[in-house]
Amino acid sequence: MDILGKSAVELLESLKKKEFSEKELFAYFHKRIERYNSKFNAFLTLAESTDENHEGPLGGIPFAMKDNFCTKGVRTTASSKVLEHFIPPYDSTVTIRMNQSGAVLQGKTNMDAWAHGSSTETSDFGPSKNPWNTDRAPGGSSGGSAAAISAYLSPIAIGSETAGSIRQPAAWCGVVGLKPTYGRVPRYGVVAMGSSLDCPGPMTITAEDAALVLEVIAGNDSYDATSSPVPVGSYRKEMKKKRKMTIGIADEYMENISDDVKKRVDEAIEIFKKQGHTIKKVKLISPKYAISVYTIIQRAEVSSNLARYDGIRYGNDRTHFGQEAKRRIMLGAYTLSYGYYDAFYKKAQQVRTLIIEDFKRVFNEVDVIVSPTTPVTALKLGEFEKYPFFGEVMDILNEGAAVSGIPAINIPCGLDSQKLPVGLQIMGNYFDESTILNLAYQFEKETNYFDVIKKGFERYKE
Amino acid sequence: MKQQYPVIGLEIHVELKTDSKMFCQCSADYFGKKPNTHVCPVCLGMPGALPVPNRQAIEWAILIGKALGCTINKISKFDRKHYFYPDLPKGYQISQYDEPFCVNGAVAIKEKTFRIHRVHLEEDTGKLIHGENKTLVDFNRSSVPLVEIVTEPDFHNSDDVRAFLEELQVIIRYLNVSDADMEKGSMRLEPNISLILNHDGSPDPELPKYKVEVKNINSFRYVKDAIEYELKRQAEILETGELPPQETRGYNETKGITYSQRSKEDAHDYRYFPEPDIPPIVFTEKQLEQIFESLPELPGEKIIRYKTQYKLRPQDAFIITRNRTTADYFEHVVHEFEKHRPVSNHEVEDIPQKVANYIINKKIPVDVSAEEFVRQALELMAPKQTDTKLLDEMIAKVVGANPKAVEDYNKGKQNSIMFLMGQVMKEMKGKADAQTVKNELIKILSK
Repeated sequence: MDILGKSAVELLESLKKKEFSEKELFAYFHKRIERYNSKFNAFLTLAESTDENHEGPLGGIPFAMKDNFCTKGVRTTASSKVLEHFIPPYDSTVTIRMNQSGAVLQGKTNMDAWAHGSSTETSDFGPSKNPWNTDRAPGGSSGGSAAAISAYLSPIAIGSETAGSIRQPAAWCGVVGLKPTYGRVPRYGVVAMGSSLDCPGPMTITAEDAALVLEVIAGNDSYDATSSPVPVGSYRKEMKKKRKMTIGIADEYMENISDDVKKRVDEAIEIFKKQGHTIKKVKLISPKYAISVYTIIQRAEVSSNLARYDGIRYGNDRTHFGQEAKRRIMLGAYTLSYGYYDAFYKKAQQVRTLIIEDFKRVFNEVDVIVSPTTPVTALKLGEFEKYPFFGEVMDILNEGAAVSGIPAINIPCGLDSQKLPVGLQIMGNYFDESTILNLAYQFEKETNYFDVIKKGFERYKE
Repeated sequence: MKQQYPVIGLEIHVELKTDSKMFCQCSADYFGKKPNTHVCPVCLGMPGALPVPNRQAIEWAILIGKALGCTINKISKFDRKHYFYPDLPKGYQISQYDEPFCVNGAVAIKEKTFRIHRVHLEEDTGKLIHGENKTLVDFNRSSVPLVEIVTEPDFHNSDDVRAFLEELQVIIRYLNVSDADMEKGSMRLEPNISLILNHDGSPDPELPKYKVEVKNINSFRYVKDAIEYELKRQAEILETGELPPQETRGYNETKGITYSQRSKEDAHDYRYFPEPDIPPIVFTEKQLEQIFESLPELPGEKIIRYKTQYKLRPQDAFIITRNRTTADYFEHVVHEFEKHRPVSNHEVEDIPQKVANYIINKKIPVDVSAEEFVRQALELMAPKQTDTKLLDEMIAKVVGANPKAVEDYNKGKQNSIMFLMGQVMKEMKGKADAQTVKNELIKILSK
């Protein structure tokens, strides 16, 4: 069976041609997980296989799911000891939609506990490792999902972002990661982190797979009042139109990045030029303001969202919260305290409005904005613990899209001098996932991501 | 002369009788149901669950505000109010903080006006059931829609408080949005009480620097009793030159006393912030007007109309409008009478008052059809067949037994005839036509 490195679209084709059965496909990935999971700690809980055949747009395709998505009957911990024994009695909307599309759950992937972090090191079940170099972090918080895709333990994975938690690990593990517009994919059943920021999204090995998964999980949900009624696009169809775009480049998103990263991103921009796209300089509010806004809003919402884990239910009490969660709860509770609300939370929301207006203004001039996804490539495990706000700084280039709610995608654009993947970020206008997927697809067709994804899983051939 | 001047404001919670709960699709009809059977991930506050507001509950909260003369905010939002308690599954209650649905209302009762500060919507909590050595939680009530009505501190005696609360209950029931049943807890009362010991008589004195909130009161009478008790208690403290501590007190109805529950030092910082799971709620003028369309004629308006249209006595108009069903029935019967025009030997204008009398005095049961009511009413109105032989006997007996009244009458004291009439009617056991009795009496007395 020649399965290694096949995209979901290709696997669907093979299943259709009966090159192998659904059961064989599931067993193939299951075997890989059994072989490699101890190396990466990507999966926390494995689901049981089923014998039935699955119909639908993802019929028979195995998938990994971040452990903050409720899965009925399958343990869901958000990588926190507090929920160590929590078996949800219900499915998240994304879980339901994946199941209905015929995708088959392989298991639940490791993450930073409660999604608090950018390295998967705050997981109460141990860090995940970067398949490119197991001394390095896979990024986070969707680090388990990113590692699973990178080492081809799963063809597709579901991650979630609050600010960078899909794009940053996708960049560090060298895979495709899409953060949709806030409200595009319902949050119902996703263990809440920053409620006004959280976005579920796909992590895949091709842009088309990302589009395919997005078509499945996007759309209005009567269980989520913040989900959007805007109709879901035909992303796969739209992405294949040969469009010439105006691509915005902002100095503010090209500062303080490593030379290696800058080099690869500049080369990518040259490829866009060669493809006939127009490059246009734009001016954006410095992402350093997005960090401040993000930090305040997210901590406030975290302190509120974690209040329900008061020790009365779910078995484990509040002593099971890790350091990072405690820090965030305290900071958030402080910013919401009587007399401080106006100075912190309210002010942050006002600045957030300015950032939103800033992006809207720029998207009148350009179709997309391109930047690096991260200032540096994957860091060594242990780096994060030294700095309480390191994650925020690592995610600096992701936070503009997070606080404004616009969609953005990470695609690999080469390797750095240490042979680690470099990520390119394409940001788009509200609900215009089609355009960023279109450009990602064009880049993929042109470069095959410089074989980054292929090199990633070819290390784990057996 | 300086005198005591109570300053009282009210907080009233009313549970709405919507089909489903405030933020999920569970049945809101929890009373007497098996514990934890009307629950789902949302009202249990499970990880990942999200609230979706109940449109009906919002519309009803707005109707209550409108009925209380409030301005309805076109832009409103929900907020999270944080505190830890085992019956609060999310660690916060979804409520409304600084942009409630309704503000600045007023309710007029007997020449006085009481201002409404705000009316907002929130969710109820679960219920703790304390047993020996253990406490259980029932989440059936969790997230049942709850409207909070807050008045300005416009009450200065417990009678006004009671009158207001009774009127409020009538209004809520008119709107048909809640049972407003205090025994079932669907209407809950919390007076905030403070006292100015030496009031100089100025109409708008500075408010006292403390207030005492009394909770757990489940009847109008107990509210009055609790206020009276508190005013006495506070006066005693104030007389020593001290300020009563700002606190929350409970009411013990058996002992008729209030007791301290929570002092100011324990006051929560609720860390309010806008509920990120629910976008702001924005209404157009047209949408609001559509909601207002279901506002029925309110008891206050009905009283005025009944006095003018039906010429009812004010107190009867009041009684007949206390209950919307009774008022509707009254009008239905009056309308039914139209078919029987002209009503023999009665002025048509008399009919509504007569119907009101029959209803109020329970002469005719109100659970019969309007046709049946009219039939029975006509029977009651018909001149009574009087046994004239018996009447003559009884008049003779009464006249003989009451020489003083007879003498008074002959001296010109017309009222005496009424007394004598009453005596005769009593002897006749009511089986006589009043007019006939009067005529016969006069005839005999004039002899």
